[in-house]
Amino acid sequence: MRNKKDPGIPLGVPTLTSNDFKSDQDVRWCPRCGDYSILAQTRRIMPELGIPKENIVFISGIGCSSRFPYYMNTYGFHTIHGRAPTIASGVKMANPDLSVWVITGDGDALSIGGNHFIHLMRRNFDINVLLFNNRIYGLTKGQYSPTSEQGKNTYSSPFGSLEAPFNPISLALAARATFVARSLDTDSTHLKATIKAAFEHKGTSFIEIYQDCYVFNAHAFQLYTDKSTKADNTVRLEHGEPLLFGKDNEQGIQLKNFQPEVTTVTNGTEDLIVHDQYAENTTLANFLARMSDMPEMPHPIGIFRSVQKPCYEDMMVDQIDFAKQKKGEGNIHDLLHAGDTWVVE
Amino acid sequence: MRKQVEQIKAATVLFAGDSGDGSQTIGTQMTETSAIVGNDVATLPDYPAEIKAPAGSLAGVSGFQLHFSSETIHTPGDTCDVLVAMNPAALKVNLHKLKDNGILIVNADNFARKNLRLAGYEENPLEDNTLAKYQVFQVELTRLTRKVLEETDLSFSEQDRCKNFFALGMILWLYNRPMDYTIRWIKTKFGTKSPRYIEPNILALRAGNNYCDMTEQFITSYEVKSAKFAPGKYRNIEGNMSTVLGLVAAAHKSGLQLIYGSYPITPASDILHGLANYRNFGIITMQMEDEIAAVGVAIGAAYSGALGVTGSSGPGLALKSEAINLAMIAELPIVVCNIQRAGPSTGMPTKTEQADLLQMFYGRNGESPVPIVSACRPTDCFNTVYEACRIAVTYRTPVIFLSELYIALGAEPWLIPNVDDLPNIEPNFQSNTNGFEPYQRDNETFARPWALPGTPGLEHRIGGLEKSDITGNVSYDAENHEKMVNIRSEKVQRIANEIPPTEIYGEQEGDLLMLGWGGTFGVIRTVVENRLQEGRSIAHVHLRHLNPLPNDLEEILKRFKTVLIPELNSGHLRQLIRSKYLIDAIGVNKIQGQPFYVYELESKINTYI
Repeated sequence: MRNKKDPGIPLGVPTLTSNDFKSDQDVRWCPRCGDYSILAQTRRIMPELGIPKENIVFISGIGCSSRFPYYMNTYGFHTIHGRAPTIASGVKMANPDLSVWVITGDGDALSIGGNHFIHLMRRNFDINVLLFNNRIYGLTKGQYSPTSEQGKNTYSSPFGSLEAPFNPISLALAARATFVARSLDTDSTHLKATIKAAFEHKGTSFIEIYQDCYVFNAHAFQLYTDKSTKADNTVRLEHGEPLLFGKDNEQGIQLKNFQPEVTTVTNGTEDLIVHDQYAENTTLANFLARMSDMPEMPHPIGIFRSVQKPCYEDMMVDQIDFAKQKKGEGNIHDLLHAGDTWVVE
Repeated sequence: MRKQVEQIKAATVLFAGDSGDGSQTIGTQMTETSAIVGNDVATLPDYPAEIKAPAGSLAGVSGFQLHFSSETIHTPGDTCDVLVAMNPAALKVNLHKLKDNGILIVNADNFARKNLRLAGYEENPLEDNTLAKYQVFQVELTRLTRKVLEETDLSFSEQDRCKNFFALGMILWLYNRPMDYTIRWIKTKFGTKSPRYIEPNILALRAGNNYCDMTEQFITSYEVKSAKFAPGKYRNIEGNMSTVLGLVAAAHKSGLQLIYGSYPITPASDILHGLANYRNFGIITMQMEDEIAAVGVAIGAAYSGALGVTGSSGPGLALKSEAINLAMIAELPIVVCNIQRAGPSTGMPTKTEQADLLQMFYGRNGESPVPIVSACRPTDCFNTVYEACRIAVTYRTPVIFLSELYIALGAEPWLIPNVDDLPNIEPNFQSNTNGFEPYQRDNETFARPWALPGTPGLEHRIGGLEKSDITGNVSYDAENHEKMVNIRSEKVQRIANEIPPTEIYGEQEGDLLMLGWGGTFGVIRTVVENRLQEGRSIAHVHLRHLNPLPNDLEEILKRFKTVLIPELNSGHLRQLIRSKYLIDAIGVNKIQGQPFYVYELESKINTYI
């Protein structure tokens, strides 16, 4: 089943443009940073969401990406390192009508905030998480991150990093995320569409965005973004479609011995894996997620999983309603006078 | 056989046994009954951190001390009139607390060789001279309970779990107390879940009572008349429950939704448990993945316009400190409850201490003034946490509410307050968009606007970076930084303008002022009362507001030749007082995980009066 959310468009909302979402603060990222594009696409998509801008809140942690809220003319809260998911949870719980967005990076979400990240996913608050993954620490000037490839030489790993990287998509799936997607800073059309899909999904929506840090980790995603290489190194996930890639969609992915295998499409596509983003079972999504750890396989770009589950804040509201029905609206006088009491004359 | 009843003013009873023996349960029941029949009561539970330490071991001894009186009392008592020891270990750990000629009731069935060895007794103390100076009652609690319950369908191990009620039945007889309240409690407790335990526990309770009535062992019972209380309706309450109700009252009075984020920790968990029951009040409790997440949801809730509260103990506060600093600079109202326990590190989780005060003052990076209030007794938790909420909302600041294990788990009678009489808490949300600036302040309180997401025209950004005065935009300007640090400090200082005049109990000037904070109230007050009766020049001041301190405090301190500060730490308040007022205050310090005893404090003050 497709997940659709009532966008709740109030009548008479004035038409907004991306300019309405520009704050009066100067944007201070380095020249050629991938963050600019993500900011631009986010500002462009906002008017299309059909909600008044006062109902939108951007919450971030610490890092280059986390300066994002200052540049949006909505409500914004630049918090502390790794903790944005916890603060966003409180914001959403106190006012479930708000559209809450968490802006985070690979260090913020997966290192210092790894614990909060996974717990946010499993609670399934209706919150959208945009993780800018540049596979490096930018703001602290060039140390390896939890998504840096093993052996990477950085200021803090002059002999090569010893750590195996996280696969953020696999991690989100393992944490029971209900919407999991990957997009690219350079692909404005895809990025915009993915952000919109995340918004429309009711529940925690997670997008990993490959983002180029031109200063400390330039061209980390060139294989997937460069015109000459991207067709052979990425595969677009389209629901109900076979996994095809290559300049003329001449290659496909099939399953052999429970392993993905690239095959040339000569006699039709019936042996190819067909994507199902609404599958209740996570087997296919996990399988697709792990393809990006295999050098011989193309990187999947798109929506891995999108299923509908109850949201924490809705269940809490239900519990409150149920308790009020069952016990009656709480009465402070009765509460203070509960239990065994006695009167002194 | 003639039985006699003796009138006494007060008594202290200590129930002790293995942690699975139910000493806490029967202690609580005896407390409830004593309170309802009109005594003043004060209690001290003392239990191990382990859920079930090895049976019969010294480490596994759990105790519950109850002091009840026909006069006003402030402490659970230094020594005991009655000790109920369910096994040799409980005897070994607690015998030193029993008064000479005190009543000792032991479960004789448990004094076999194995349990004696576990307790480190080479000889059976019931058979040698160890207990010569006490009135010893050897009762076969296990055998008698089994005998009473042999007709029931309970297994032996289930029968044995009823023996604490046999013991309670005895104590109720000893003090001429009715069994009705306990019987009602048993019915409610097992009511729908496991009704098969109702009748056996009641049988055991009655059997214990009859045992004292029928056997020749017990000749004398005692009667403690009602105490004189101010008129009104009372209930018995523990400190943590008092905190829970104070928070609910603050949410009710302010019209704010209470969102309580927490991670389970001793001895604060009961606040989470308590609040979790009140969904029908619209109260939201969120058990989070860790201490940081718990304070994080409180901050997010506050930003969204709720009353954000988090609660923990010292180790949890250490983890929350960065987030408290965020709330401080973002100037968002949250309340952080610290139910202190003995540190450092994991320390002694089930023992009391007051050694987090300097952590609360200084345990954050940068210049970080945070208001601190502390409760002084179980019933005072209600008013003090309410005051914490009021300050937080009025001044848009995190506020730390300090309690401590001793008062959090202790209980006493509570004159139920009238909610209408509580001070108002005004959220005053910003709605006017005209000339709105996120850091434009109220002239009196220096509070900034509480501008909620969802309000049209007030869209703005806040965060942990230093901000420009008025606009709140990010600023690294040198002069501005110093200005903002001073403004934040001044804001907290201005709270002192609202603190009522400090109450001085006893002489208004003279030789000795006992200055205290937190759970030492009861013992200090008892000592000062005793000395005042002897006509000594002594007084007691107890602080609720620790940051800022009351404006009149310096002048009061200077009226006394000596200022003595008893604390269950190495002298935290003393350091603050000495550095702030240049007064050579003297400390009385105890760091044993136990409260002061009256005699300890009395022995320290004689040289000053």
